[in-house]
Amino acid sequence: MPTLTIDGQTVAFQPGQTIIEAATAAGIYIPHLCHKPGYSPHGSCKLCSVTVNGRNCSACTFPAAEGQQVISNSDQLQQDRRKITQMLFVEGNHFCPSCEKSGNCQLQAVGYQLNMLDNHFPHFYPQRKVDASHPDIVLDHNRCIFCNLCVRASREQDGKNVFAISGRGINKHLIVNADTGLLKDSQLTVDDCAAHICPTGAILIRHTAYQRPIGQRIYDHHPISEVALEQEHGK
Amino acid sequence: MQMFIQEVLATIEHQPVRLLTILRKIQNRYRHIPLAAIEQLAEALAIPRTQIIAVVEFYSFFHLTPQGRYEILLSDSITDLMLGQAANARYLAEKLGVEPGNVRHDGLVSLNFTSCTGLCDQGPAALINGLPVAQLDFAKIDSLVGLIDQQVPVEQWPAAWFDVNDNIQHPGLLLNSTIKPGQGLAAAWQRGLAATLQQIDQSGLRGRGGAGFKTAQKWRFCAEENSAQRYVVCNADEGEPGTFKDRVLLNRYADQVFEGMTLSAMIVGANQGFLYLRGEYAYLYQALEAVLLRRRQQGLLGANILGHGVSFDIEIRLGAGAYICGEESALIESLEGKPGIPRNRPPYPVSSGYLNQPTVVNNVETFLAAAAIAAHGGQWFASVGTEKSAGSKILSISGDCARPGIYEYAFGTTIARILADCGASEVLGVQVGGPSGTFISIEEADRRLAFEDLATGGSFIIFNRSRSIFDIAKNFTDFFAHESCGFCSPCRIGTSLLKKQLDKIVLGHGSVGDVVELESLSNLLKQYSHCGLGQTAANPVLTTLQRYPELYQQQLKQISYEPGFDLDAALETARQMANRDDAAAHLQQVED
Repeated sequence: MPTLTIDGQTVAFQPGQTIIEAATAAGIYIPHLCHKPGYSPHGSCKLCSVTVNGRNCSACTFPAAEGQQVISNSDQLQQDRRKITQMLFVEGNHFCPSCEKSGNCQLQAVGYQLNMLDNHFPHFYPQRKVDASHPDIVLDHNRCIFCNLCVRASREQDGKNVFAISGRGINKHLIVNADTGLLKDSQLTVDDCAAHICPTGAILIRHTAYQRPIGQRIYDHHPISEVALEQEHGK
Repeated sequence: MQMFIQEVLATIEHQPVRLLTILRKIQNRYRHIPLAAIEQLAEALAIPRTQIIAVVEFYSFFHLTPQGRYEILLSDSITDLMLGQAANARYLAEKLGVEPGNVRHDGLVSLNFTSCTGLCDQGPAALINGLPVAQLDFAKIDSLVGLIDQQVPVEQWPAAWFDVNDNIQHPGLLLNSTIKPGQGLAAAWQRGLAATLQQIDQSGLRGRGGAGFKTAQKWRFCAEENSAQRYVVCNADEGEPGTFKDRVLLNRYADQVFEGMTLSAMIVGANQGFLYLRGEYAYLYQALEAVLLRRRQQGLLGANILGHGVSFDIEIRLGAGAYICGEESALIESLEGKPGIPRNRPPYPVSSGYLNQPTVVNNVETFLAAAAIAAHGGQWFASVGTEKSAGSKILSISGDCARPGIYEYAFGTTIARILADCGASEVLGVQVGGPSGTFISIEEADRRLAFEDLATGGSFIIFNRSRSIFDIAKNFTDFFAHESCGFCSPCRIGTSLLKKQLDKIVLGHGSVGDVVELESLSNLLKQYSHCGLGQTAANPVLTTLQRYPELYQQQLKQISYEPGFDLDAALETARQMANRDDAAAHLQQVED
C-alpha cells in the first residue's frame, strides 16, 4: 500500500482516498465541520486545512498521494483553525448557553477542541429568521454555518433536494425548496437524513430538546477528536 | 409571461446549462425574475426551484424584485470615482429623486452601483439598461433625467452617448501584426497541427489572464485526456477593476480571437467552444454574433472548416455580474447554468471541465496571440520579451495620466517607460494587475513588466500624489467583500471582517493593536481561502501596509484600546425609552 506521512507518522492509504480519509483510517483526527464520510466532499469550512509539501489545502478534498508530507498538528495550523472557528461564531448568532444543541454541537465541540476562549472578532449580529412552520423540525437560520451537509444529505441520501445555499458572500443563506419557502411545505420529513445531519443547532428535531440533560451529552465528557474518530473510523 | 417563457425555452432547446441565458431574457423583459417564472422554469427544465433562486441571488444583474424600467448602474471602480463618480451619484440621486440602491416609488427608474464596467479610460461610466454611457457628467445627467421623465425609450436617446472608444494608444507586437480571417488556420493546417503546437510551445506563450500557465502545455494536457468530448472556452469575463483590453480586442479583433479558439479546438480535438462574455459587455453581443455568422459562411467555423472535415463551432454565453466567474472553474460552473463557485482542484479543467469533460480555458488575449503565432511562427513571438516572459503584454491604462487607453509592450519594459508614454506626472504609485495584483510606489518605477517581476492580467491604474492610499485600499477591499462568492469561511467572513477592520483604522477609531490585527487577518485570508479571489483579497491592504506602514500608524489613536463602535450612539434607543438626555445618560468613547 502507498504511504504518506502526517506530522511525521507514516500512514498507509488506499489509492483514491483523500488525506482526511487516510488520516481517519490511521486514527489521526483532523478538525472538520463540512466533511462527513459517505457524503461528497465539499471543502468549504477550511477547518481541515493542512500543509502538504509546503502548500495549504483542504484535507477533505485533496487526494492522498505517495510520499506526501502532511503537517496537521502544528501550532500555526491550530491557531488558524481557531480563528476560522471564531469567524464562524461571529458570522451568525450562536449563544451556546441558550441553545438546545449545546453539548451535542460540533461547532461548539470544535471550539473547545481548538481551545477557543473568546470570539476575538467583532460580531456581525445578522438579522436572521427562524422557520418554525414544520410540525417536527425547526430551522433556525441564526446558527447556519453553510457547511452544505443538509443540502448534500437531502440530495444524495434522501433524493429530495429540500435545501440549497443561495446568495453571495456574507449574504449567503439557506433556502428551502417549497413554493412558500417554508419548511412545512417542503418534502422534508423527520426520518430524512437531512433533518439529523446539521453539525450546529440550525436544524433541530422538535419535542426532543432536553430528553438528554446537559451534562450527559455527546461532547460533555469526550472531546470531538475522540468522538469523530470513533464514529468515522472505517466508514 | 407563460407564452414568452415557452418561446425562450424553445430558443435554448430546454437546456438547463443555458439557465443564465433565459434568466437574462426574463430580467430584461420583466425587470426582475418573477416567482411564477421560477416555477415554470423549474418544471420545464426539471431542476429544483432552489437551483434557480440560488442563481438569481448569486448574480448582481438578476433580481427577485422589480428594478426600474430605466435601470441605471454606476460603475464604482476606483478609476470612475477618481473621475468624479461620487458627485455624479449624488447629482443623479437628487435629480431623479431616488437614492442609490433603490427603485423610485413610481417604478420608472432604479439607481445602483456596480463593479468596474471596463470603461476606466473613459469614465465615469454607467450602464443604462445594459448600454454603456462613457464620460458621464452633469450635462448628460440633466438630459437623461429629462428623457427618463418623458419616458423616451433608450433606443431613441442620442446614439453618440453610447459610443465607446477603443483608445489604442500604443500598439506593439500583436496589435501591429494582426492577421486576416483564416490566415492562422491555413498556416496551421499547412504546417501540420502537431508542428503548430510545437510552434506555440517554442513561442513561450503563457496565459494572459494573469496566472501565466504555459499555453502549449495546457493544450497538450487537454489533448492527451482520454475522452470523446472536449471543449474550448474563451474567458472574456474581464472583471478585474481597471482592465478593459478584452473589450477592445473583442470589439476590433474578434475574428482573430475566434481564430485562436478554433486553432486550439483543432489541436486538442474539441468540436464545441464557448465565449464567456461578462454581462457588463452584453452590448458587444450582436456584433460578435455577426462575426461568428460570417466565419461560418467563410468556412472558418462549422462542420467542415477550410474543407478539411474538421468540425467546430462557438456559442456566446453571457455572464450576469459576478467577478468570481473570471476564475476558470467558477466560469465553468456558470457556463453550466449554476452559481459561479470555484471547484475543488484537482481535477483541473484540462481533465474535468465543462460537463466534466476535458476543457481548455484561456484568456481573450491568449487566443489572439495563439492565432498570430500560428501565422507568424513561434520565433516571431519568442524574439520579444524576457527569457521567462516571452512576447508582449497588452495593458489597460487608466487613472491619473494624460492618455489613458490600450498600450502594448514587450515583457521586460520598465514601469517608468510606461508612465512616461502615457503622460503620467506627480505619480504616487501604480496598481499593477488590479486589486488582486500589487500596489507599487513610484520608488519602484525601475521594476519591469514580467511574470518574474510584476505580473498583470492587464490592469494598470495610476495614482498621483493627490490620492489617498486609504481611499485606494478601502475601495479595493470593499470590492472583494462584495464579490466574494461566499463558499469558504475564510473568504466569506474574512473579506467582510477585513473591510470592517480597515474602516475602523481609516475612520480614526483604530488603536495600537489594530494594524497588527489587520495584517493577521490578511494573512489568514491569503493562506486558507479556497481560490484566488480570497487569496488575493488582502493584497491591497498588505501591499500598501508594506510600503506605507507610517501612514497606517498615523491613523491610530494613542490609546491602548478603543471599541469598534460608537458607545454613545448605541445608547440612543435607551435614552429615548427612558426619556432622558442628561449628562449621566451619555457615555464617552474613551476614558479621559
